[in-house]
Amino acid sequence: MKPFTRLNRFFSRFPLHLAVILMCVLWLIPTLGLFVTSFRTREAVRTTGWWHAFLPQAQTVGQPEYTKYCAACHGADGKKITAADLSSPTLVNQYPSAASLLLMLRKPVNNAPHLLNTPLPSAPTDALNALTPIITYMQTLSGQGGNTGKLSLSNYVDAIVGYKGLQDYLSDCQTGAAAKTGVFNCTAGDLANPAGMGIAMLNTLAVTIPTTLLVIVFAALAAYAFAWLDFKGRQWLFALLIGLQIVPLQMSLVPIAQLYTRLHIQSTFLGIWLFHAGFGLPYAIYLLRNFIGSLPREIFESAYLDGANHWAAFRRLALPLSMPAIASLGIFQFIWVWNDFLVAKIFLSTHPVLTVQITNLIDPRGQNWHILTGAAFLSFLIPMIIFFVFQRSFVHGLLAGSVKG
Amino acid sequence: MIPRIMKQGRWAPWFYLLPALILMTVFILYPTIGTIRLSLLDSTSRHSAASTCSAGQPCWGVFENYRYALTNPAMLLALRNNALWLLLMVPGTIAGGLFFAILADRVRYESAAKAIIFLPTAISFIGAGIIWRFVYDVESGGGPQIGLLNAILVGLGGHPVTWLSNPAINNFSLMLVGVWLWGGFCMTILSAAIKGVNAEILEAARVDGANEWQVFWNIMYPTILPTIIVVTTTMAIIILKIFDVVFVMTNGNFGTEVIANRMFALIVTNAGQSTAIAVILIALTIPIMIFNIRRFRKEEAAR
Repeated sequence: MKPFTRLNRFFSRFPLHLAVILMCVLWLIPTLGLFVTSFRTREAVRTTGWWHAFLPQAQTVGQPEYTKYCAACHGADGKKITAADLSSPTLVNQYPSAASLLLMLRKPVNNAPHLLNTPLPSAPTDALNALTPIITYMQTLSGQGGNTGKLSLSNYVDAIVGYKGLQDYLSDCQTGAAAKTGVFNCTAGDLANPAGMGIAMLNTLAVTIPTTLLVIVFAALAAYAFAWLDFKGRQWLFALLIGLQIVPLQMSLVPIAQLYTRLHIQSTFLGIWLFHAGFGLPYAIYLLRNFIGSLPREIFESAYLDGANHWAAFRRLALPLSMPAIASLGIFQFIWVWNDFLVAKIFLSTHPVLTVQITNLIDPRGQNWHILTGAAFLSFLIPMIIFFVFQRSFVHGLLAGSVKG
Repeated sequence: MIPRIMKQGRWAPWFYLLPALILMTVFILYPTIGTIRLSLLDSTSRHSAASTCSAGQPCWGVFENYRYALTNPAMLLALRNNALWLLLMVPGTIAGGLFFAILADRVRYESAAKAIIFLPTAISFIGAGIIWRFVYDVESGGGPQIGLLNAILVGLGGHPVTWLSNPAINNFSLMLVGVWLWGGFCMTILSAAIKGVNAEILEAARVDGANEWQVFWNIMYPTILPTIIVVTTTMAIIILKIFDVVFVMTNGNFGTEVIANRMFALIVTNAGQSTAIAVILIALTIPIMIFNIRRFRKEEAAR
């Protein structure tokens, strides 16, 4: 009887598990896709979906099409015509898409159509469909294809040093192509490239840590006053504080940019610290006031009877007792500033932070998504570590701010 | 109330308050007042907005920028889209979050499952834009699909869909990213509220023969209603200000414009119109703000 009951229980709970696990999988897939992509080669990112990293790779994709249209003149290995060597990576890389290849093929060669004996299908869609596998095969011939399953850290290396060359940074360093850029020396000095994610990481830390400390100190002071000090307009001021939370920060961009130009602190760390702190404070004070205000009043009363003044009560009671809330606030503020793009873009353009650097790495022609994948994951690294280590505090911060309030 | 016994100097409160007040005044209050002033001026911020009126055209005088903000086709589209976001995403994230929180409450791997849903909260919008490119990407040249959704569609024998540029669906594509980003936030708060529901009462109802649906509507729902209201107001404010998702993924093109993106787009070219939109955005949030203040008053009275 007992095993049967357990089996019955398992089947009755099966839809529940299915629903929970399905939702988790759906939520994870977008991030997982980027994670897998970040280890794939440039060619692989451009030509196949990230899930191909898990599929067996065929070396013969496009071979029939290549044989039909190209092999008669270019030879089976693509090397027959030396002026148009189809096994040369430089030549093949000129045709990243079927459309670019089609445009070239439409131009006559020696006053005769390029594809003399076997013309392409006349409908453009059919022609493109025939050319796409040929591109893949040409990439195999030139030694770049066929490795869509290969995984490496080269996207991360390229992102850290900010390298946007034809090949990845490490191989270009071996062939000497990197040195020709005039920017890279293939030494440790490349880590300091202002266009790289390495420097951007330091900039982000230099923005985030002081901002977080500033917000915590100022918010704790103000929260203590709102909770345990009596002053005229206390209610009114706190209501205003709640109101300030909803002001969109875009409102302040123009007036503050004008102010900073007058004060000569445009594009300085000081300027961005103050701006972030100003906008972080309403929520921070709100959260800490709720916590400090909910501490038992007896402990403050007895401290006062024992001769402590407010400053002592603040430093010896309120601060240590509200450490959990301060930790939550700190983590919240840290991640919020870490992920900011808009403020950093406008007030710190000369020292790009991670999010700004990612957009700097974007190639308008969409040719370097592989670097962006590495760059994006580098920017997730620290928030993710904090998220998993301090998850409890993070959640508490969220709850204290919105539920208890 | 504050205990009488705790005496204080006359200026003591301001010592604690001043650093925060100065920063908030300079960075929020002063620019807000400046914004209201600028919204009544023209694009150069030198003359009254009334000077931009042209003869024979409708004109709202000094409120001319507000006429633009409330009647211009681009703004009407943005207002419509914001309404769409509000109507779909607020109930969507809350219903979805609540559903998941209730389900996860019943499995042993609850904390791991919740962490996965909550994870996107730690990701930047720029990062989310790159993540979702590999979901929505479309290859129209006939090559293999790199985007996950289109690869599935083509694999099933269908045609690729331009998720982000087809005006019939792109707003929903963006909202899906929004749900992915904010669903965990709603779920976490609602999950905590569910934990607060007395388990014995729930069990008693079940013993008395109530089904799960009745247990939810008659016992759980009334208990967690205050939390649902809090999450709703918070989400409503977030959605009214929604900017980053749209800015990163479509920059408001192809009929996906929203109020905050319109405001940002006009910051450099027309400060008057941009600030008028900002004022409208704040005006829209005022009812929610009043609601929150009332809630604070009630709680203060109960303390």
